[in-house]
Amino acid sequence: MTDNASVSRQICMNFANDKGRLMDILLGVQAQAGCIAPEALDEIAQSLSMNRVEVESAATFYAFFSRRPRGRFVIRLCNDVVDRLQGMDRIAAAFREELGIEFGQTTADGLISLEYTPCIGMSDQAPALLINDKVVTHVSTDMVREIVQTLRTSKRLDQLKLTLGDGNNSHPLVHSMVNNNLRERGAVVFAPYTPGVALQRALSEQPVELIKIVKTSRLRGRGGAGFPTGMKWEFTRAAAGKRKFIVCNADEGEPGTFKDRVILTEAPGLMFEGMTIAGYAIGAAEGIVYLRGEYAYLLPYLEDVLAKRRAAGLLGRDILGKLGFTFDIRIQLGAGAYVCGEETALLSSCEGRPGNPKTRPPFPAQKGYLDMPTVINNVETHCSVARIIENGPSWFASMGTKASSGTKVFSVSGDCARPGVYEIPFGITVAELLARVGAADTIAVQIGGASGRMIGPAEFGRQFCFDQLATGGSVMVFGPGRDVLAISHAFMEFFVEESCGYCTPCRVGTRLLHERLGRFLTGKAGLADMDYLEKTGKTVKTGSRCGLGQTAANPVLGTLQSFRQEYEKRIGKNGSTFLPSFDPAKAVAVAAGIAGRGSEHFGPQKAGVKQ
Amino acid sequence: MTTQVGNPDLPTVTFAIDGEDVKAVAGQTILQAAALAGIYIPHLCAMKGLTPWGSCRVCTVLVNGRPQAACTTPVAENAVVENDTAELKDLRSSLVEMLFVEGNHFCMFCEKSGNCELQAMAYRLGILSPRHPYMFPARKVDASHPDVMLDFNRCILCARCIRASQELDGKNVFGFIHRGGHKRIGVNAGTDASGTNLAASDKAAEACPVGCIVKKRVGFAVPIGQRIFDTKPIGSAIESGRPVKG
Repeated sequence: MTDNASVSRQICMNFANDKGRLMDILLGVQAQAGCIAPEALDEIAQSLSMNRVEVESAATFYAFFSRRPRGRFVIRLCNDVVDRLQGMDRIAAAFREELGIEFGQTTADGLISLEYTPCIGMSDQAPALLINDKVVTHVSTDMVREIVQTLRTSKRLDQLKLTLGDGNNSHPLVHSMVNNNLRERGAVVFAPYTPGVALQRALSEQPVELIKIVKTSRLRGRGGAGFPTGMKWEFTRAAAGKRKFIVCNADEGEPGTFKDRVILTEAPGLMFEGMTIAGYAIGAAEGIVYLRGEYAYLLPYLEDVLAKRRAAGLLGRDILGKLGFTFDIRIQLGAGAYVCGEETALLSSCEGRPGNPKTRPPFPAQKGYLDMPTVINNVETHCSVARIIENGPSWFASMGTKASSGTKVFSVSGDCARPGVYEIPFGITVAELLARVGAADTIAVQIGGASGRMIGPAEFGRQFCFDQLATGGSVMVFGPGRDVLAISHAFMEFFVEESCGYCTPCRVGTRLLHERLGRFLTGKAGLADMDYLEKTGKTVKTGSRCGLGQTAANPVLGTLQSFRQEYEKRIGKNGSTFLPSFDPAKAVAVAAGIAGRGSEHFGPQKAGVKQ
Repeated sequence: MTTQVGNPDLPTVTFAIDGEDVKAVAGQTILQAAALAGIYIPHLCAMKGLTPWGSCRVCTVLVNGRPQAACTTPVAENAVVENDTAELKDLRSSLVEMLFVEGNHFCMFCEKSGNCELQAMAYRLGILSPRHPYMFPARKVDASHPDVMLDFNRCILCARCIRASQELDGKNVFGFIHRGGHKRIGVNAGTDASGTNLAASDKAAEACPVGCIVKKRVGFAVPIGQRIFDTKPIGSAIESGRPVKG
């Protein structure tokens, strides 16, 4: 038996050969064996009594799993748009030079692998990277040399000299150089918190009363879609099921979003408390936090917070003396897949499957995790719930606007003096926010990440709220000289990488849009290409099966709307019938090579072009 | 005109497709109810007898103005469904063209020609050439199995083989592996199809709408003119079940 197989067998046993825990098993094998080799797939399938292809299906879906051995240290450089604008290429070049390998390769001694990864939730301290679970921020070329040297000589991650970040980032169980950059604390999420106060109040009410309170507060989901939380709870409470679940979506993968990371670092207790209250309200005894793989460094700390809550009687049996009320929470780690932020894909992943969205209906409220009624709320939503119970619905509804009550936590990054996290009541205008973050001469703001929309100065007077500019919290600021089409092209690249591939329009259409938009960046676009982008973008938006696909064309459709002149400018002299994407010289290159002379029609060709 | 279908024990639902009343049984999908009423909604990944899947999106219709896959959306009382419109036809054509450019489909020498649902769909939609550029991917052929060949150049990732193997054959020969543009059909073996319990008599071997899963030694047996779609377009079988207006 090879190492990969014996490691796999042991890890399966640690999880009692439960195929529902396949994600944890695969994460364990990857961490211990450095890859998930074919013999590991055989062994896992046998131990869990699964079909091998089902195990392979999950093992090949997630970016953090590999078939071939990776280096002992995997360096993942974040290639998010903000990182690109803040010097990612310099860092990449330094790594190539120091290690003598390209991205996607491993050093000959098997020590270090180099990879790119999409947004790791550090856009306010870019350029950033991960070395295994460890986050390195504000990376400089000097740091690259130091990192490589330290890893080579000590072969230990803990030997890296990194200054610790602020707040709980310097807690011994976090021990990270990440900074919170928490610029403005609001009254809801980042206000002082005393464990158990909200829960005590909740347990003195009937569960249905709690749902009424949440409905009265007009709280809407903070993940971006804005579904009324109280209504979601009501549906789930009313649905039939032997078990019910509360799930917290902590998979913030939307480029430019990092506010959940700061909440998880500074206010996890409030979030767990909100989940517990939700459990009481809908009659659930089990909760799951789906934590994105990039935030694995927070796991020991979060487990410790859970342990302390259990010890304090805030989780477990007969919570706070309430006989019969049992609730506990487990943390499910992800493995690098943006689509898992989509709630039904998240559930698939929790079940140990590839992160494919599920067919709706049925909705999670009827059939969610393990086909049982499930409430899925965002990190920030769970926090808001706890505070609403603590301070009352009218207190909450008095903040923000009529249709968007309460506060919103924003993640601000890009060209501004004070990037970071801001908790501000809904209704603030873009211009007001830009002033607060110290952004000057802004030419464009990307609201809601890659799946959101890019707006220009003409729209800076609009408000952040559900009926004007809805956002999950990502605000990326772009100053003078930035190329909005190049930025949108990078967002399209992101969707190409992150599509699950289930449905045709998203799987194929994202690649088509990425290619076509690229023509505008290389001067190979004609007028017909704008029309093509518009129509194909609409096909992707209309035809796609889940929220990822339905928003994947937004980088194209949004800029066609708000920055049309950028497209027109690049068509330049390329007339309406001319096909600038066709390169005649290139098309005859092979023939010219064979003939040993250039084409008479398409200008001088060097003889002897390689075939 | 109203079309009557279904089981008298279950509640009936009445809704409209392109202005025509259709009666259905609660729990049916729009695609199923339409088919029983003799109305054809173009589709590729949906197949009678298999769990609805909703991946090709060719059956996209507007339900009360919202785009939905007819194969996975249940019927609802008084729903207004738009099916046969110029805009939806264009959307479906664009999707079918995406499937063509994503793989390597050479109808002229494919043994499934004339019996291929993708090809027939293109003809029915009036597609002459794709609006999208070809991707010409490098894909594998797995000819290891003694009786069945898998030519992944022609796969459209509809999952019909996966579902047929599980739901009709009681096996698990196929499954999806990888994701996004790299997604492909994998087999339940560490090696290739020869390592699986696939049999030529499996329903999974029949379920493929294109020429990806083909049985060996029977190719081109049916002469041109007698193949399924030689004389009548795809969807004709459903439309022939439509009651005569009068």
